[in-house]
Amino acid sequence: MKGMYAVYRKEMGHYFVSPVAYIIVAVFLIITAYFFTEILTGYMQASFQASMEEAQFGGGQAFDVPSLVMRSFFGVLSTILLFITPMLTMSVYAEERRRGTMELLMTSPITDLEIVLGKFFASLTLLVIMLLPTGIGFVYMLRHSEPAAPWRVLGSEYLGILLLGGALLALGSFFSSITESQLIAAMLSFGAILMLWVLNFGSGATSSAWASGLEYLAAFRHYDDFTRGVIDTSNVIFYLSFIFLGIFLTVRSVDSMRWRRA
Amino acid sequence: MIEVKDLTKRFAERTAVDHVSFVVNKGEILGFLGPNGAGKTTTMRILTGFLPATSGTAQVAGFDVFNDSLEVRKRIGYLPENPPLYLDMSVTAYLEFVARIKNVPAEKRQARVSDALEKTNLADKRYELIKRLSRGYKQRVGLAQALVHDPEVIILDEPTVGLDPKQIIEVRHLIKGLAGSHTIILSTHILPEVSMTCDRVVIINRGRIAAIDTPANLTTQLKGGQNVHIEVQADQNAVCAAIRELPGVRKVSGEPAGGNGRVAITVETSPGQDVRSQIASKIVGKGWPLYELRGVNLSLEEIFLELTTEDSEHAEASPN
Repeated sequence: MKGMYAVYRKEMGHYFVSPVAYIIVAVFLIITAYFFTEILTGYMQASFQASMEEAQFGGGQAFDVPSLVMRSFFGVLSTILLFITPMLTMSVYAEERRRGTMELLMTSPITDLEIVLGKFFASLTLLVIMLLPTGIGFVYMLRHSEPAAPWRVLGSEYLGILLLGGALLALGSFFSSITESQLIAAMLSFGAILMLWVLNFGSGATSSAWASGLEYLAAFRHYDDFTRGVIDTSNVIFYLSFIFLGIFLTVRSVDSMRWRRA
Repeated sequence: MIEVKDLTKRFAERTAVDHVSFVVNKGEILGFLGPNGAGKTTTMRILTGFLPATSGTAQVAGFDVFNDSLEVRKRIGYLPENPPLYLDMSVTAYLEFVARIKNVPAEKRQARVSDALEKTNLADKRYELIKRLSRGYKQRVGLAQALVHDPEVIILDEPTVGLDPKQIIEVRHLIKGLAGSHTIILSTHILPEVSMTCDRVVIINRGRIAAIDTPANLTTQLKGGQNVHIEVQADQNAVCAAIRELPGVRKVSGEPAGGNGRVAITVETSPGQDVRSQIASKIVGKGWPLYELRGVNLSLEEIFLELTTEDSEHAEASPN
């Protein structure tokens, strides 16, 4: 696994030596920070209004502002990932193929799996680095909120976004490995992820076997439970098997470069 | 060190390598010579484990390139046609990365990188980003990459492409210096390179081996087919016709040489025939003033053309 670590280090270097990572992380943080403040102020106003009504007319709704903010925010976050992950993975293999450096990796004493895993973990690390600063707002919010803050929920939400992100990255890496063009890689993975997202809405209308099969495939639906603070093993297994499938396909695709190259 | 037997590689529409067999001994420099598209790169890619062969076997240091690919890859340094460089890395960072993926142990890495930098004269560029380097320097970084793990076998695909004449000489010296302790295969379509650096030459054309021998032997082998160069003051057609009558003459061509009505005639003779004296007496007998008559040994270039050109209409295509 030394080879995997070498590839991992190289990928991290590539992300952070070039402006790529900084720009993606910065854009991501600006967008998420905007949504966070919007959602937070929105619910705070609603909660304030509700308590005014309660004082005037009695009754009214009780608001659990922190949980609602987290749920909405992580809902938005998954949609942002839909746009960001194709950009993280588009160059991973396409650029190496175009530059001919894939030939260096593939004639070095490392296995295809080491190459693929090294690259996958590097993109996952970048995702974690991207997500970490979003935690600052939540930590602050949860420390100052009453009723007592559900830390467990926050944990499950981050686990969910990481699993979903990992699955999207594995998918994106695969699409990057089948082409020499970054643009094609980005478009294919964006399209595929969008399809998985749309399945979320289409399913549920009917109750045939097809519909329930498609419903299961809707990658974003499995994420909903996490935003509610529920860690369901079947959802974890769904994402893990998604990631394994992505990695497996990428390894096959890298291997197939040996057979196709004319 | 390297043993290739009946190696064949077929792509969908063509056979790139066709039953190629050869052996490279330890410490030897073998040159692959052939026109573009002859199958040099494909053969090298099979040896490095990048491509699988359709049939036949290849062994490097006793390991099969397909079944023991990783063992083979540990022992090979490979410079592909386009040096595989990460442009946004510095030269040192790049070489350290290559040393890592080539399994150089951590404690030896620094020394190996410095050594490779020194051998390729890159020490003063070590902190430069690769994308800022000129073509020649990039080629040298590629070469350093192939040496950094001190491999037993070094495979270089056109190592002097894109270098200026001074750098070409340096690289040739470097390659010669590596022989003995390393086994080297290099490909080129530049002929002097082969006669200067290689111990043996494989001439390869359309996927087949046309000849394997030392550069010296290849030259003598075809020496029989000697050319005669004549300069004479006479009508070109008359001279050509007169010489063509002589026995042992295969082909005559002429062109005006300078002014004064002189013509330069090139006579190709059949192997084993020396027709110089007959030509001389013929010309003198006709009373034409003879200015020059000399035998020209076939250069490696002409042998190359001889072996790789299907028809014999190559006399005027000889690049000089």
